Amino acid sequence: MQPNLKPIILSRPGTMIAHKSLKIIVTFTLALALLPFNAFAKADPEAEESKEFNPTDMIMHHIGDSHGWHFFGEGDSSFTLPLPVILFTEEGGFVTFMSSEFHHDTEGHHVVEKDGMRFVNYHEDIYKLDAGAETVEFDEEHNVLNASKPWDFSITKNVAAMFLTVILMLIFFFGLAGHHKKNKKAPAGFNNILETLVLFVRDEIARPQIGDKKYMKFMPFLLTVFFFIWITNLLGLLPGAANVTGNIAVTVSLGLFTLALILINGNKDFWQHTLWMPGIPTFVKPILAVVEVLGLIIKPVALMIRLFANITAGHIIILSLIGLIFILESAGVAGISVPFALFITILELLVAFLQAFIFTMLSALFIGMAVAEHEHH
Amino acid sequence: MDLITPEVGLIFWQTIVFLVLMLILAKFAWKPILGAVRTREESINEALASAEDARKEMQNLKADNEKLLQEARAERDEMLKEARQLKEKMIAEAEGDAQEKADKIVAKAKENIEMEKRAAMADIKNQVATLSIEIAEKVIGKELSTEEKQHQMIDKMLKDATLN
Repeated sequence: MQPNLKPIILSRPGTMIAHKSLKIIVTFTLALALLPFNAFAKADPEAEESKEFNPTDMIMHHIGDSHGWHFFGEGDSSFTLPLPVILFTEEGGFVTFMSSEFHHDTEGHHVVEKDGMRFVNYHEDIYKLDAGAETVEFDEEHNVLNASKPWDFSITKNVAAMFLTVILMLIFFFGLAGHHKKNKKAPAGFNNILETLVLFVRDEIARPQIGDKKYMKFMPFLLTVFFFIWITNLLGLLPGAANVTGNIAVTVSLGLFTLALILINGNKDFWQHTLWMPGIPTFVKPILAVVEVLGLIIKPVALMIRLFANITAGHIIILSLIGLIFILESAGVAGISVPFALFITILELLVAFLQAFIFTMLSALFIGMAVAEHEHH
Repeated sequence: MDLITPEVGLIFWQTIVFLVLMLILAKFAWKPILGAVRTREESINEALASAEDARKEMQNLKADNEKLLQEARAERDEMLKEARQLKEKMIAEAEGDAQEKADKIVAKAKENIEMEKRAAMADIKNQVATLSIEIAEKVIGKELSTEEKQHQMIDKMLKDATLN
C-alpha cells in the first residue's frame, strides 16, 4: 500500500477545465481500486505550486488528517489551531513541539530543529531529514531519499476531534447518570433523548443479538461504540470539522475491539464450530476451518471498511459538489451545487446514525454468535 | 497521508482514547444508568402487576356485591311472595268462616222456622181435635138423644164390623 493517491493526482495537470474535472472524477473512482498499481506516478512539485485549482488535492486535504486544525484563511494569515506534534525517533527518543512551528508549510520546505534533529512536514507526513538535507526528496517510486519517517504519535486534528467527542460523551452521560443518582423518575428533555437511545441500543441491538443472559456484559462496549461513532459522525459534518470516522486508522481500531471481544469471549462451541466443525466428513474439516478463520477476520475488516468508506464517501460527494464551483470557475454553479450539497448533508445526517447503528448491530451480532449456546443434537 | 493506509499514531490514540472512555463510562455512566433503568422498569412492572391485582380484587368485590344484591333481591321476593300467600290465605279463611257462620245462621233460622211451623201445626192439630171433639160431642149429643137412634147406630156399626 505504499504508492498512494497524491502522486496520481499531482501527475495530472489539467489542460481543458471541463475535461479535467471529468478526468479527476474518473481518476478518483479508479484510484481506490487501482491503488497498488500506480507505482509509476511521481511527485511533481511544480504542479502543486501552480495556482490552478486541484479538486483532488482539496478533497484529500479535507478528508485527511493534519497536524494543525485549520479553520479558514491561507498561509500565515490563516486561522489554525496549533496542535502538539509528538514524534518518536529511534535515535533521540520522544520529541515534541507545536504544529505551528511548521508555519503552515506542508510542502517540506520549513525545517523545524529540535534536539539536534531536523523535521519537515510534507503533505502532513513528518520526515526527519538526514544530515545536510534541506528538503525532503523522493525517487520515482515515491521512496524517500534523504530522510526517515519517525513514529508519529501527534495529537493530530483527528485525535483532537476524538477528544471533543469524548468530552461531549462524558458531559452527556455523566449528566444522565447524575440524574439517576438523584431521583428514580424518568428523565425529561435531553436526558430523556439520551436514555431512549441507551434503551434503543439495549433493546434493539444487544438483547436480540446476544441474548437476555449475556448481553449485560457487552453493553458498555456497544453503548460506547454506538455513541462514539454517532457523535463523531455528526461532528464530522460541521464545517471545519475533522473526518474521524472516515479515517481508516480509527475504524481499524474500532474493528479490532470487536475482533478482540469475539476472540476473548468465544466459547467452546464457537471455537469447535470454527476450527473443527462437527457433523461433517473429516477431510472437509480443515478446509472449512480455513474458511471459518478467514471469516472471523473478514467480519471486523468488513466493519472497518464499511464505516470508513461510507463516511469518507459522503464527505467526498459534498466536497466534489462544492469543488464543481471552482472547477467550472463560475459562481452560478453554486446555485446547483449548494442545494445538492445540502441535500447530501441531510442524507449524511441519516447515514451518521445508520452507520453507528450498523457497526454496533453487527458487532453485537458477531459477539452473539461467539457466545451463543448451541443446542447439542 | 494516505487515504487507506492506517497511521500507527492514530490507531494508538483511538485505541487508548476509546478504551479509557469505555472504562470510565462503564463505571460512572453505563452502570448507574442501566441499573436505574432496570430498577425503574421493575418498579413499573410491579406497579402494573399490583394494579392488575387491584383490578381483580375490585372485580371480586363487585361480584360479591352483585351476589349480595341478588340474594337480598331474592329474599325480598320471597318475603313478598309469603306475604301475598298469607294475605290470600287470610282472605280465604275469612271467607270460609263467614260462609260457615252464614250457613249456620241460615240453618238455625231454618230449624227455628221448622220448629215454629211444627209447633203451629201441633197447635192447629190440637185446636182441630178440640174443635172436632166439641163438634162431635155436639153431633153425638144430638144423634143419640133418643133410644131409637142409639139402636140404629149400634146396628149400623155391627153391620160394618161383620163386613170387615
